[in-house]
Amino acid sequence: MKVLVPVKRVIDYNVKVRVKSDGTGVDLANVKMSMNPFDEIAVEEAIRLKEAGKAEEVIAVSIGVKQAQETLRTALAMGADRAILIVAADDVHQDIEPLAVAKLLKGVIDAEEPGLVIAGKQAIDNDLNATGQMLAALTGWAQATNANTLDIDGDHAVVAREVDGGLQTIKVKMPAIVTTDLRLNEPRYASLPNIMKAKKKPLEEKTPEDYGVDVSPRLEVVKTAEPPERAAGEMVPDVDTLVAKLKEKGVV
Amino acid sequence: MAVLLMAEINDGALSMDATAKAVAAVSSLGDVHVLAVGAKAADAANEAATIDGVAKVLVAEDARYGHRLAEPTAALVAKLAEGYDHIVAPATTDAKNILPRVAALLDVMVLTDVTNVVDADTFERPIYAGNAMQTVKSKDAKKVLTIRTSTFDAAGTGGSASVETVDAADDPAVSEWVEDKLAESDRPELTSAGIVVSGGRGVGSEENFAVVEKLADKLGAAVGASRAAVDSGFAPNDWQVGQTGKVVAPDLYIAVGISGAIQHLAGMKDSKVIVAINKDEEAPIFQVADYGLVGDLFEVVPELTEKV
Repeated sequence: MKVLVPVKRVIDYNVKVRVKSDGTGVDLANVKMSMNPFDEIAVEEAIRLKEAGKAEEVIAVSIGVKQAQETLRTALAMGADRAILIVAADDVHQDIEPLAVAKLLKGVIDAEEPGLVIAGKQAIDNDLNATGQMLAALTGWAQATNANTLDIDGDHAVVAREVDGGLQTIKVKMPAIVTTDLRLNEPRYASLPNIMKAKKKPLEEKTPEDYGVDVSPRLEVVKTAEPPERAAGEMVPDVDTLVAKLKEKGVV
Repeated sequence: MAVLLMAEINDGALSMDATAKAVAAVSSLGDVHVLAVGAKAADAANEAATIDGVAKVLVAEDARYGHRLAEPTAALVAKLAEGYDHIVAPATTDAKNILPRVAALLDVMVLTDVTNVVDADTFERPIYAGNAMQTVKSKDAKKVLTIRTSTFDAAGTGGSASVETVDAADDPAVSEWVEDKLAESDRPELTSAGIVVSGGRGVGSEENFAVVEKLADKLGAAVGASRAAVDSGFAPNDWQVGQTGKVVAPDLYIAVGISGAIQHLAGMKDSKVIVAINKDEEAPIFQVADYGLVGDLFEVVPELTEKV
């Protein structure tokens, strides 16, 4: 079985985000970029399936600017076997929408015929939480989102999902789409020898035209603004003062 | 044109808070038709019919919708979407699972966690863990949205909309439910509680979380946790507040032993009053707190529990 893992290049999760002064978006020029943390979990899970003998090949795919090569090299250094980059944007500020991403991934699926797709549940830039579900709709496959655990049982995947009230376990027919939640695993760091080896692993470049997909956005960004600031608070010296303040506010 | 709004229903019971807030968010767009879907949904449908602003309730009761598996539920919503310009649901884990699938079936984009409905095509939503607010205009013929309920007040009740039965849609039959492990709790629900007490890594262990829980129980509050506390196994995943967990905006939020990573702040910074208790006076949580208290939580929190 092949496992397909889509990975996205996003602003590093430790970087403080700054809104551009013209309100067109968030400033991404000269900012540290990394693999979306949920996608790292997806890569790790796919590699573990391979190590457990349940998958033969792990293919990482990224869609975006050419610099996403670096993100794919990271996936290869972690243990993915090969990579596909679909160059769909020239400007780092252009986000390819989940619907277009799902259409491109559908194209990759038609060509590669994986048994499983493991994707991050959301990207920490647009926070949409949509690509996996959209891909499942386009393929007609089952989806198991917010995975806390994943087990392969013959031609089914058994997934415990993180839901509002706790955990829900479902069994989905493969091929299927699984999206990762935080507790699925702890991704490994790539070792230096593996980083060197990753440079020699195959990385194929494609374009949206290769898959006949129009990636023009459906959403027009009207403006991007800083969130409202909270008024400065105060430090209180002890519990008695705190209790008095809360009573004054009428919240206890 | 009317709005189709998928009610939040768990095991046959309507989640009134989430559903009524979503109704309030979109009532400016037209008549709201609520879809009550589940193995049991009739009671929930009748209850939803009382929400102000609801013009009609559609009820789809069928065993295949019992655990709201995404594939059959999305197929139903997509089938019903024909007569609507807007397809909406509160942004619960259920709806976040289902609505993006609906959108792709309709070949339109989805907008999740909408915090403001500007007009029929234009919506505001947070990006980058709430570090920026983006207003976007959709060019799609149909808009599929999930509503971040913490930013809206619930619509009132007292209405009496008509209730109609709709047929089930074809079931793709590619998934089956196995089991639920849901926490049994007498505490209020995290996303609708008036007071939330949350613990972080500083709490130190699952046993120590009792300190946080005692304060919560004294206040009649829900208990939350930071990602660090959940990842460390101190608290269950459904307590997580933050960018990828639950978003809350209670009247009072008490953060105990939470440093205040931006991912956590994304889930609670709209709370009306924020209290932070932390031994590290440099903790970023103090920058968003209305009242900060530097001290050992194992002394401060029991004292607060006693005196409040």
